[in-house]
Amino acid sequence: MSLPFLLEIGTEEIPDWMIPAALDSLRTQLEGLGITARMDATPRRLVARAEGLPDRLPDTEERVNGPRKNAPEKAVEGFARKQGVAPSDLSVEGEYYTYLRKTPGRRTIDVLAQALPGIILKIAFPKTMYWTGKTGPRFIRPIRWIVALLGDEVIPFELAGVQSSDLTFGHRRGGRASARAGLQSRFATYEQTLRDNFVILSADERRKKIEDGIAGMGIRLKPDLPLLETLVYLTEYPTPILGEFDPQFLALPEEVLITVMRHHQKYFSVEDDSGHLAPRFVAVMNTSADPQGLVRRGNERVLRARFNDARFFWQTDQRKTLSDRVADLAHVTFQAKLGSYLEKTERVVALVKELGGDEHAQRAARLAKCDLTTELVKEFTELQGVVGGLYARAQGEPEEVWQAIYDHYKPESMEDSIPRGTTGRLVSLADKLDTLRGCFGVGMAPTGSRDPFALRRAAQGVVKIIVEGGMTLPLLSLIGGDPQLTEFFEERIKFYFRDVRGFRYDEVNAAIAAGCSDLPELEARLLRLQKIRPSPDFEPLAASFKRIKNILRQAGFTGGAFTPTLLEPGPESELFDEINRSAGQPIETAIGALRPKVDLFFDKVLVNAPDPAVRVNRLAMLHGLLEQFRTFADFSEIVTNS
Amino acid sequence: MSSFQEIVFKLKQYWAQRGCIIQEPYDVEVGAGTMCPETFLRVLGPKPYRVAYVQPSRRPADGRYGENPNRLYKHSQLQVILKPSPADVIEQYLGSLEAVGIDLTQHDIKFEEDNWEAPTLGAWGIGWQVMLDGLEITQFTYFQQCGGIDLDVVPAELTYGLERLTAFLQVKDSVYDIEWAPGFSYGDVRFQDELQFSVYNFEMAEVGTLWKLFDLHEGEAARLLAAYPKSTQEAAEKARFPLLPAYDQVLKCSNLFNTLDSRGAISVTERVGVIQRVRKLAVGVAHAWADQQGAAQ
Repeated sequence: MSLPFLLEIGTEEIPDWMIPAALDSLRTQLEGLGITARMDATPRRLVARAEGLPDRLPDTEERVNGPRKNAPEKAVEGFARKQGVAPSDLSVEGEYYTYLRKTPGRRTIDVLAQALPGIILKIAFPKTMYWTGKTGPRFIRPIRWIVALLGDEVIPFELAGVQSSDLTFGHRRGGRASARAGLQSRFATYEQTLRDNFVILSADERRKKIEDGIAGMGIRLKPDLPLLETLVYLTEYPTPILGEFDPQFLALPEEVLITVMRHHQKYFSVEDDSGHLAPRFVAVMNTSADPQGLVRRGNERVLRARFNDARFFWQTDQRKTLSDRVADLAHVTFQAKLGSYLEKTERVVALVKELGGDEHAQRAARLAKCDLTTELVKEFTELQGVVGGLYARAQGEPEEVWQAIYDHYKPESMEDSIPRGTTGRLVSLADKLDTLRGCFGVGMAPTGSRDPFALRRAAQGVVKIIVEGGMTLPLLSLIGGDPQLTEFFEERIKFYFRDVRGFRYDEVNAAIAAGCSDLPELEARLLRLQKIRPSPDFEPLAASFKRIKNILRQAGFTGGAFTPTLLEPGPESELFDEINRSAGQPIETAIGALRPKVDLFFDKVLVNAPDPAVRVNRLAMLHGLLEQFRTFADFSEIVTNS
Repeated sequence: MSSFQEIVFKLKQYWAQRGCIIQEPYDVEVGAGTMCPETFLRVLGPKPYRVAYVQPSRRPADGRYGENPNRLYKHSQLQVILKPSPADVIEQYLGSLEAVGIDLTQHDIKFEEDNWEAPTLGAWGIGWQVMLDGLEITQFTYFQQCGGIDLDVVPAELTYGLERLTAFLQVKDSVYDIEWAPGFSYGDVRFQDELQFSVYNFEMAEVGTLWKLFDLHEGEAARLLAAYPKSTQEAAEKARFPLLPAYDQVLKCSNLFNTLDSRGAISVTERVGVIQRVRKLAVGVAHAWADQQGAAQ
């Protein structure tokens, strides 16, 4: 018999951003039970559904060996008793008494009743709470009901004082008030029952409902996928509405308006036909309609108050220029062991100078952190940098300076762009390098997942700026020779080229082995390596290089004079001639001719010649061949199929 | 349309009907209703408790001389503690909104993650900000720790922003325009508080004096805590020991810290240290209180 399975964990509102990972965690655990489930969720429920579960597990048989067949009767009786049977139930197999223990397969419902409480509590959340008492179960938010059905039967268990049942609950206030007593669920009708009570179970469907609703408004939205995802998991029955605000507020910078709308109110911004911000917004309600416009007007009123605040801060902050705020940075701590932001600023200015930054760059570095003392940044911390740039512009700083301040936290992620000009890139690099050198210097390197100063992101940003800005800087000497930081950077460089740029890991290893201080140069080598990789000569040649490296290592070769007269005519001399010919040639043209000569050499010539002088001479020649490409890549790092 | 005071009456009535003691505001300055002994101390230990009270909450740095329509030096919180939290606590909470006349079928209500933490109290909890048509009207917290002590029985704390809730119900853009009682606006009742305390907190508070007061109150709290009987032999001494007065001294410190902060007298570096000083006292009182009340049972 084949049965459908339904599990709904009913909770109080789970933080939206934790839901997809929680579903994955639950899915994986159910797979451990052999259940391939379809997963769904709203803020108030995590749901797994599967079909075709057997009503019981297959029977099992186990052969238990007992005493030898010539053992005393007492021993045989003892063994039988231990198995809970009579001696006559035993059989003799070979030299031993044995008992064939048959275990009937357990009922699936029993297996689930036993396993589900543990599975539910093992769902991984970044933060959990207890609610029934200090020693009670922990979960992301209190569990208030559990629907657990196999076929039409309730899988009986209890968790955190909640008894599993077949009763689900709809939207908190949508639907009939009587539905608050609970709605009977059956696998086949479950989703429809929820829908009738203003819960759309499928995240895809909620997303589509939001998108379709907005599409019907005839407006141009600033696309914002992360916000859309947030709203999908913050609602059970999403409905978008269009609101307006006073166009006078458009006098404030767009960055500020958008931040208020997006981060503080979770509204989408709207653009006019020319791509500028329009005095409108889209909010997403967790309900079906707003027939009287109450929700729209409420949201408009909140936004008006928020914008008024922002305008107040904007105007207050302008009373003191950024350059008058530099001294105030002495009172803002950067990090206890690394001093104030004023001290950091001094270091960054010096570093910008060392990197060849001009007066503009030094000016930008001096002013970059001053916005930390403004009211606007205290209110909207996510706008640090941006606000400084906007104030610098308003205070008449040159374009290079204000743009550099504006951009100096960039790139904030690997998807983000790097600062738009050289000045901004220098300031951003100096700021990040100073943070990295400082933190590693006082023993605050990230450990495991703990990276409170976001040092990985900072180092990643340094790499991205240097490469994508095409900057020729001696990265490793800028790091200051700290071996731990050097290793950290090498990891970040590998990550950048591998995971961000998509180069193959062995190509990255090969190219980095030939040096990684000059990143644009490294990038150029990687691009060339990537291009020659598919040529038919490349991988066989790489395999030969690996072989050469092994031979040299096994021979303990540490150098030796090379004497051309010791060369034998034939493959050995031919290889030598080819090595000479290829010297100074680009790798792209060299490998085609080299490969057959190398192959022939290994085919015909014995490196370990009986005459030590000849042997050393051969090793020296091969060593020379490796050295010839040493500044390009270490081909022995290439993973080949041969 | 309900006046400010009618909304307060209705909420008190609602929670009284659900078994809450209705308390009056605590008479020492606090930054939040959580700091009152009725919350801070009552959530400790295993005894069930239910209480609701309006608490004027002073945040000197938020003062705006009565000029900003939404920010106040002193706002009113309705603080509800349900210990232990009932299984239908959210349903009860929604019922309270309906009791003051909000038809939730016509509005948008969302529970958005917002975990609360009060470093000076050694307290934190898990919860939400409750958003009504985009307006934060309540902070909802399941306490996990208070005074540095993991709580045996988890209380739900509901903190309503009464001015916001009233402005919402009365559809007012400025808090000063809401009707407190027929014929009296919020501005009539509170404007002078906002103006004069802003002037004092931002311009005239004498930093040296405030530090001196801080030290005195800190010293008094510390002196009392040091005198709290350690041994179980002193049961009678323990039972009558004045921990509540010690806690009042801690509250004084906390308010002075906030005033000094708004005066710009505390650098970011110092800040951590001063918070630690207050926290140490608050945690000290909490532990002693848990011990005292535990011994009394």
